Amino acid sequence: MSTQTIEKAVEKKPAESVFSKRRKKFVNDPLSDDNPITVQVLGICSALAVTTQMKPTLTMAISVILVIVFSNLIISLMRSLIPSRVRIIVQLALVATLVTLVSEVLKAYQYDMYKELSVFVGLIITNCIVMGRLEAFAMANKPWDSVLDGLGNGLGYSWIILAVAFFREIFGSGKLFGWPLFEAMGIEHFPTNGLMVTPVGAFFILGLIIWVQRTKTGYVEH
Amino acid sequence: MQQSNTYIIVFSAVLTIVLGGLLSLANQGLKPMQEKSVELDTKSKILSAVTDLKGKKGQVILDLYSETIESIVVNIDGEVVEKDEKGAPIVAENVDIAKNYKKAPEDRLYPVFKFHQAGNKNKVESYIFPIYGKGLWGPIWGFIALETDLNTIKGVSFDHKTETPGLGARITTKEISDRYIGKKVFNDGGEVVSVIMRKGENNPASLLDEHHVDGLSGATLTGKGVNEMLESYFMHYEGFISKTKSNASEKVALLY
Repeated sequence: MSTQTIEKAVEKKPAESVFSKRRKKFVNDPLSDDNPITVQVLGICSALAVTTQMKPTLTMAISVILVIVFSNLIISLMRSLIPSRVRIIVQLALVATLVTLVSEVLKAYQYDMYKELSVFVGLIITNCIVMGRLEAFAMANKPWDSVLDGLGNGLGYSWIILAVAFFREIFGSGKLFGWPLFEAMGIEHFPTNGLMVTPVGAFFILGLIIWVQRTKTGYVEH
Repeated sequence: MQQSNTYIIVFSAVLTIVLGGLLSLANQGLKPMQEKSVELDTKSKILSAVTDLKGKKGQVILDLYSETIESIVVNIDGEVVEKDEKGAPIVAENVDIAKNYKKAPEDRLYPVFKFHQAGNKNKVESYIFPIYGKGLWGPIWGFIALETDLNTIKGVSFDHKTETPGLGARITTKEISDRYIGKKVFNDGGEVVSVIMRKGENNPASLLDEHHVDGLSGATLTGKGVNEMLESYFMHYEGFISKTKSNASEKVALLY
């Protein structure tokens, strides 16, 4: 009996494994080779604005991942229903709804974070990465692939802003997640750098990250 | 694929209804929790002007608040207001400072929070006043606590809506609010001189007398907003302050 079922399964075209090589690429590519921030240079606005400290940056990263993954999933599920002439506004409406939901949940359960991030949560709506993935990927691909693509791009965005925030918080305020790092190391008066606290500091760090990354990957702008 | 206009219109309508419904559902569902968060936030802000709330959370703060704070509402002349025009009782915690700020100063309601020892209402330890003003990008507000002499600042806590993170937004930190402790509001002649934040940071100590505090590097305009806010509200509360002071001195006179 059991051999029969196996034979039948073999007759059908074998289903692609949930994490096949092709699908792993969706997640891995945006982390480095096709990173939304450092290679495509999207979502710079929030990368400069929220990255003064690790804590709000982490909240922002999680929010963006949730929004990208779910909007990719939903748009991909509806992709054959969406009239092509109004597709952009449909995507926008969905993204705006998801972002508002995130913002409402933050207001209810993480009020301090909600206040600190204030307008930037709302500005996820205009984050080019989200709309870019919907238009470029979710409109033409299957739901699971789209989820992975969203996850990859969300993580690609997240690790960059977390890296920027890491250096900005250490050198700008001498802290890590609000914890006084240098005092704990016994350095009483660490000279913090005011430049790191301003958005200009984020530009410098972002530039350095892009430099290091492009040296490693050999990516050249065409 | 080109769809018909009818399809597009129906699709858009359905989408709008579904998304709109979802949002209002979430709004209604989360409302009680959000209101609690806002209440906790307001009460923590009031208390943090006088005590250190570090390590305290949620219900503990609400309990502490009900034990130690007694609130009244006064008008610009310092007279207690208990009912609004419609005769409904006014609760100080529910007075919307932002809405009142839009009215002329003499029409506003001014809540006063009296901080007393737990269980002993007569032993007032400090007076806490809400304040409101304009920062660089949007509104700023906070609470300022005065000692029983109604002159020395016991503590402040500031908050803001959209000041620049890392620059103007620093007004919410303890580092900044600590600078105000012990400063004086009135001069020897009893006139309001307020406490002014200097321009720039790390000013020499000689410039930081009892009416001046060190400034915020890179956030001069937020500092200016804070200065204006403090001065105007000290003026607005002057009625209450002078009334309370003269009451206190009468009481002292009666004792002798």
